[in-house]
Amino acid sequence: MSTQFEIRGLKATIEDKEILKGIDLKINGGEVHAIMGPNGTGKSTLASALMGHPKYEVTEGEVELNGEDVLEMAVDERARAGMFLAMQYPSEITGVTNADFLRSAINARRGEGNEISLIKFVRQMESKMKQLEMNPEFMHRYLNEGFSGGEKKRNEILQMMLLEPKLVILDEIDSGLDIDALRIVAEGVNAMRAEDRSFLIITHYQRLLNYIKPDFVHVMMQGRIVKSGGPELAQRLEAEGYDWVKEELGIVDETVGQA
Amino acid sequence: MSTPTTSFGREAAAAIARSKNEPAWLIEWREAAADLAGKLELPKPEKMPLQRWTLDQYGTNRPGNVVTSVADLPATITSLLPQADKGALIVQHNSSVVYTRLSDELKTQGVVLSSLEEAARTHEDLLRKHFMTLYAKDEHKLAALHAALWNGGVFLYVPKNVVIEEPIQALLFADDAEATFMPHILVIADQHSGVSFVEQVATTLQASEATLLHNSAVEVFAKPGAQVRYASVHHMDESAVDIAYRRAHLDNDSRVEWIIGDLHNGNTVTDTKSILKGNGSTSDSKIISIGKGSQRMSITTQAVHYGRSSESDMITRAVMKEEATAIINGITKIEHGATKANGQQTEKVLMLSPKARGDANPILLIDEDDVKAGHAASVGQVNPDQVYYLMSRGITRQEAERLIIHGFLDPVVSEIPLEGLREQLHRILERKLG
Repeated sequence: MSTQFEIRGLKATIEDKEILKGIDLKINGGEVHAIMGPNGTGKSTLASALMGHPKYEVTEGEVELNGEDVLEMAVDERARAGMFLAMQYPSEITGVTNADFLRSAINARRGEGNEISLIKFVRQMESKMKQLEMNPEFMHRYLNEGFSGGEKKRNEILQMMLLEPKLVILDEIDSGLDIDALRIVAEGVNAMRAEDRSFLIITHYQRLLNYIKPDFVHVMMQGRIVKSGGPELAQRLEAEGYDWVKEELGIVDETVGQA
Repeated sequence: MSTPTTSFGREAAAAIARSKNEPAWLIEWREAAADLAGKLELPKPEKMPLQRWTLDQYGTNRPGNVVTSVADLPATITSLLPQADKGALIVQHNSSVVYTRLSDELKTQGVVLSSLEEAARTHEDLLRKHFMTLYAKDEHKLAALHAALWNGGVFLYVPKNVVIEEPIQALLFADDAEATFMPHILVIADQHSGVSFVEQVATTLQASEATLLHNSAVEVFAKPGAQVRYASVHHMDESAVDIAYRRAHLDNDSRVEWIIGDLHNGNTVTDTKSILKGNGSTSDSKIISIGKGSQRMSITTQAVHYGRSSESDMITRAVMKEEATAIINGITKIEHGATKANGQQTEKVLMLSPKARGDANPILLIDEDDVKAGHAASVGQVNPDQVYYLMSRGITRQEAERLIIHGFLDPVVSEIPLEGLREQLHRILERKLG
């Protein structure tokens, strides 16, 4: 079945400050949507609220993945339903190896009695790591501990590849990546593009979109999507910045919830 | 049934020694210690008053049955041996050593592994030169008691230049709460030798009026260039009291590693100290602990630097549940003249219950200018961002917390040099973390 993901009128607060002021977005299977916008406009909040980060409270709206009510689900249930968020700042966890963690995550999705065999798992992990040009020793390193910024981002993409989600949200996956790492990460994402998989890519910069071609581009300001278009919108933003959008819409301060 | 022994003097100490046919010097020595025990005060670990602990039940001499093959040991003992069928092994059952195994190859190289009682007869000079010189019988009442009443015990001597590949295993086991259970472990690693020693202290006690007092001591001597790795896991029943004073003396360029699971289920005082006498000596202490129920624990690590360019690192990690209390002390002392010394320490406590208590007390005492020293201490709960991260990959909250808590202890667990004991440790952790 082709993935259907829909956000309707989503509002969310952090510490009683409203950051998302009504987001509407529909993503069909196989589509890649990019959300762009300056700092502080609510982009990362949208990613975190969709995944269910405990600091964000959803106050209004609906989110559906293939007809299921996402907002009713706990974080782990959202993941098992097929959502994946590549995080901007992944946690470091001492004592839990990358391999143990990923195997637990895969098995959580497969369910009891249907666990992946160790050999099959290791083979899969090794081949994906090779694809991402990751040093095989990262398999047995503690999760993200002592990883560089770029290594953490590759590790996020590795998880995405192994977990095979239906809806992938990439939160600033390009920040802190040099051009080689950016290419590798983008190739990893492109290899995952499929009819039944949707992507929501959050980024500051257009350069990522040179590698991952979006079908739709949305601009976020003041906690709302203020403009939508095709790939040409991203190119214009890269060339001219955001000021013309602000002028067109009469926005003076594009940020939201800033002190 | 005899009543618990709650008082004794020099006569009682001497009588036990004579009944075991100990040499005259040792009998005299025990008499002197018994006198001291009557006069000295209990030790005073930081924020952990011991006055109300049951520390006055010394038990009676209850030797186990000596056997000549592992197969003849009681099943309760063999089930605890991570590697029953190979390698050097020594087993104490209640008040005496019941089994010792050392390959002919190691014997030929001059390695000695025996009960300390036997070594008092066979290696008097070596023993008298080292025994209770790091842990003096007049330190406090518990030390004096230990000196007067120690039994069974382990003596390991590794000659010059001999490097033993396979870890040497010791199991100190009690199943009689009325037994005197006070092993003393003495390890002497001669110049440029190398050895891993793996010790386990365990009990299977029936319900009893008596409180088993495991009043133990370890002394490790690393002679110039020697390398000693000492791993220890204590997991006795709740009704027992665990007292473990561990000391290491390091000569020039020697190295001692402590890898310790203080996982006893009842009240606990441990004190693990490296005395870095030699230039270029290094010590590394890694300790994990779990507190549950209403147990009280005092866990201290110490490093004392005398040698130039000596280095120490100490890490303690504790998980506290329910209403348990742990006071965790780290003491790094750098003496005048220990130039270029480097002493580091870290204490971390993970609190799983609002009623648990965990204190981390890092202490640096430095009498020399040209040194490096550092400490880090933290007490906190399971990090919610870490839980969120794991859950965002489909892992349930319960499993996420389990992974984080076990992971917190893994930096020590993964260092245990014997695979069988590592697996056993995982089972103990699983049980204690519940």
